[in-house]
Amino acid sequence: MATINELRERIHAESSEEIVHEYLEKIAESKLNAFITVSGESALARARKIDSEGHEGPLAGIPIAIKDNISTKGIRTTCASKILTGYIPPYDAHVIERLKEAGAIIIGKANMDEFAMGTSTETSFYGATKNPWDIERVPGGSSGGSAAAVAGDDVPLALGSDTGGSVRCPASFCGVVGLKPTYGVISRYGLIAYANSLEQIGPFATSVRDVATLFDVIAGYDARDSTSVKRDVNYSSAMKNDVRGLKIGVPEEYFGEGTDEKVEKAVRDAIHKLEDLGASLKDVKMPHTKYALASYYIIAMSEASSNLARFDGMRYGLRVEDSDWHTTFSQVRAAGFGDEVKRRILLGTYALSAGYHDKYYLKALKVRTLIKQDFERAFKNVDVLITPTMPYPAFRLGEKIGDPLSLYLADVDTVPINLAGVPSISVPCGFSEGLPIGMQIIGKHFDEATILRTAYTFEENTDFHIKQPEGV
Amino acid sequence: MFDEPNKTNPPFSKGSSKYENPDGVKIGLEVHVQLNKLKTKVFCGCTTDYHNDPPNSHVCPVCLGLPGALPVINKKAVEAAIKVGLALNCKVEEHTQFYRKNYYYPDLPKGFQITQYDFPISSQGYVMIEGEDGEHRIGITRAHMEEDPGRLVHEGTIDKSKYTLIDYNRSGMALLEVVSDPDMRSPKEARRYLDKLRNILEYLDVFDGNLEGALRVDANISIMGGQRAEIKNISSHKGAERALLYEIVRQKNVLRRGGVVVLETRHFDEAREITLSMRSKEEAHDYRYFPEPDLVPLKISGWAPAIKETLPELPDARRMRFVEQYGIADDHAKALTSELKLAVFYEEVAKKADPKMAAVWICDVLKGELNYRDLTIDAFRKEHMLSVIELLASKKITEDGAVDIIRTLLDKGGSPEEIVAQKGLVVVEGDIVSTAAEEAIKENPQAVADYKAGKEKALNSLVGAVMKKTKGRADARAAREVLLGKLG
Repeated sequence: MATINELRERIHAESSEEIVHEYLEKIAESKLNAFITVSGESALARARKIDSEGHEGPLAGIPIAIKDNISTKGIRTTCASKILTGYIPPYDAHVIERLKEAGAIIIGKANMDEFAMGTSTETSFYGATKNPWDIERVPGGSSGGSAAAVAGDDVPLALGSDTGGSVRCPASFCGVVGLKPTYGVISRYGLIAYANSLEQIGPFATSVRDVATLFDVIAGYDARDSTSVKRDVNYSSAMKNDVRGLKIGVPEEYFGEGTDEKVEKAVRDAIHKLEDLGASLKDVKMPHTKYALASYYIIAMSEASSNLARFDGMRYGLRVEDSDWHTTFSQVRAAGFGDEVKRRILLGTYALSAGYHDKYYLKALKVRTLIKQDFERAFKNVDVLITPTMPYPAFRLGEKIGDPLSLYLADVDTVPINLAGVPSISVPCGFSEGLPIGMQIIGKHFDEATILRTAYTFEENTDFHIKQPEGV
Repeated sequence: MFDEPNKTNPPFSKGSSKYENPDGVKIGLEVHVQLNKLKTKVFCGCTTDYHNDPPNSHVCPVCLGLPGALPVINKKAVEAAIKVGLALNCKVEEHTQFYRKNYYYPDLPKGFQITQYDFPISSQGYVMIEGEDGEHRIGITRAHMEEDPGRLVHEGTIDKSKYTLIDYNRSGMALLEVVSDPDMRSPKEARRYLDKLRNILEYLDVFDGNLEGALRVDANISIMGGQRAEIKNISSHKGAERALLYEIVRQKNVLRRGGVVVLETRHFDEAREITLSMRSKEEAHDYRYFPEPDLVPLKISGWAPAIKETLPELPDARRMRFVEQYGIADDHAKALTSELKLAVFYEEVAKKADPKMAAVWICDVLKGELNYRDLTIDAFRKEHMLSVIELLASKKITEDGAVDIIRTLLDKGGSPEEIVAQKGLVVVEGDIVSTAAEEAIKENPQAVADYKAGKEKALNSLVGAVMKKTKGRADARAAREVLLGKLG
């Protein structure tokens, strides 16, 4: 596995074309099914152009995988759904524009749970992605393709999106670094919405430094997203091996029932490691955590039921002709959406319906406010919160897919962060029977610098991130 | 909140007796006003100037609802909406928020419409109209912002069309939905309300009523306290009046036959001038409103006072000013201010000529001649109106001559001076009138005798004879006086 700096040196010495070619070969030989679309020709053409003309961007000539719910001009974008069959976007998402300006080369579109609805990348119409540490196991989700591709060295960098843990969960299961930024830091323009009020695009890499570099490229204000925030940032400058004086909060609510013993031990060991390095620990109470899952799923499904209404086969995507438009819409949606997507649309529609709206949707919003207040209160006394990212390591393919509720429960430690809109990063902090364990470091709104510094310091003083899956 | 009702009310005529409203008619209107004078659409940068361009030529990821595209509010649209709210005497809120109205329709590219629900931009206003019994107040429930869907083009009629084409050029145009209270008591009042609303919107310069789809009306109507019918697809003021007249008859017939008027949506068939029940599938909507997550709540406190400063003089205020400043009749002031361009035309003429004469000639003659030819005031130059009035005031032409000049200008063009010269319309001198009068007296002994016997009307035939002899170039009033003098 190579870092951005190593790749830059190789591109300088050899060429971007050679690097891209090498990764394309790896992708072709990969058993992970991490990609839905590989844009080899356009990637090579772009690499040749950068080689001949030169490029000063921080990612010049470096290949990257893009989760397939981010709009890429001229490259089909499927959301891993049958319903977007044949859809080739006429425009680039804001993050894609930023990547192109930085010289990055889009090598392909990464597999995911259909419309980002899932925790295992098994709901993809294009088949499940496999975990490079054990190809019998899931890579996590919903950005499973992005995380597996980076962990399996199919590609050095990737973008995912995180609505309720969809970057951090696969980062944890695949043993890579994944960041969910503060809501509003990265423009969502071009991110195909699952639940708009919760989600952010996030970077994946094998090191905290590379995540910060990629984050620097894609973060920033965009007038096309009304929720985008104006801030000058330079996250790479946060790469300091120093946590002296850092106050760490450890919310016991995140180590509750259902948390694997080995996961708990690895995370507590990691926290003590940071304590040894000069940080101090504080107990914090986050009493509304237990309501987070219910609140999250109601809000996410409600928004999804509306966001996905546009997929009616009228203008793009799957088309099924029938007698009238009413029947045509139904036929297209019946044929185009998978079971999990249908389930969430139905539940979300129900939660917003007259007579249930106040009981579910409105109540979920109220709970969301309480959860935000939990974080605000905690952050009065601490700089970061540390928890397990996932309650357990990667499970087996097929193990939970028949039981949606147990899959939803897997998101217990990640969804409160999206409800609060705060930033959070998952970094490797141990192994359980050869499977990676992730630690979640949560920060204050817009304080990515502190969680990146904490993660970087941990990484500099441990070697969990160096270990690679066999065969890579 | 900014509760700033217009304090001044116009001098409405008082009705002789209170309107009885025998059928218990209650009408409320929902008017969709397209803010088509904005440069761009409400949530994207596409132009609003699409009316002469091919279908689907002014679209982008946002107004096509492509996956991943996000709306961004057009600040000018919010300002225009506040302007209208203030002109309709509404309260303008301090915060406003957008909601999603979820329903499926082929013209709706996102499967939901961005509109307002709680926290509309303005509410609780009113407009005054000339009602069945004089001044009548129509309450404005709310005026909220929303986006226009695309336009469906059917082959033939909606029920028989084999296919439907969709033009998304219109998709994302800024709309203001102005919802009235059920305060109208007759189709005539509904039409007057629409006229007034349109008049105000044109004064505000937010709206061009001549463009396709500029103003669309849904009407709610009930009689005798029964259930209401909602009538959709009304596209003109005349259409609204016709649809409502039909609907009153229909509802009365239902009651007369012992039936019950049901709550339903009906479609106005403009060609046949009838309303038709729409299929039940369209009913029982649950729009599942919820706040649009992609648009943050908009803080507009502080906007309204500044916008209020920019409000132009509105029709009622201008009408009052015309009466006071120019001393013209209220009926004339009302007619002149009912159309912004006409009011501007009048005022430019009135500043340089006798304002009373100008009012009479513009309202009573020019407007009629324009209407007859289906022309607007744009078809007549104010310099020509000034010339005509000057010629009249200096008694160089007769009133008949002035009408002739106006007609000729509209039909053939030219200038008033040329037409006077060509047609020999200059008023003849006193000697010729005097000679003609003497001749008329000699030639009509019976009329002279009748007049002297006390029949005043006999004088008219003598005046007629003088006019005939002078080929209409004599001033009738002058001829009359000359005759009276000669008859002693």
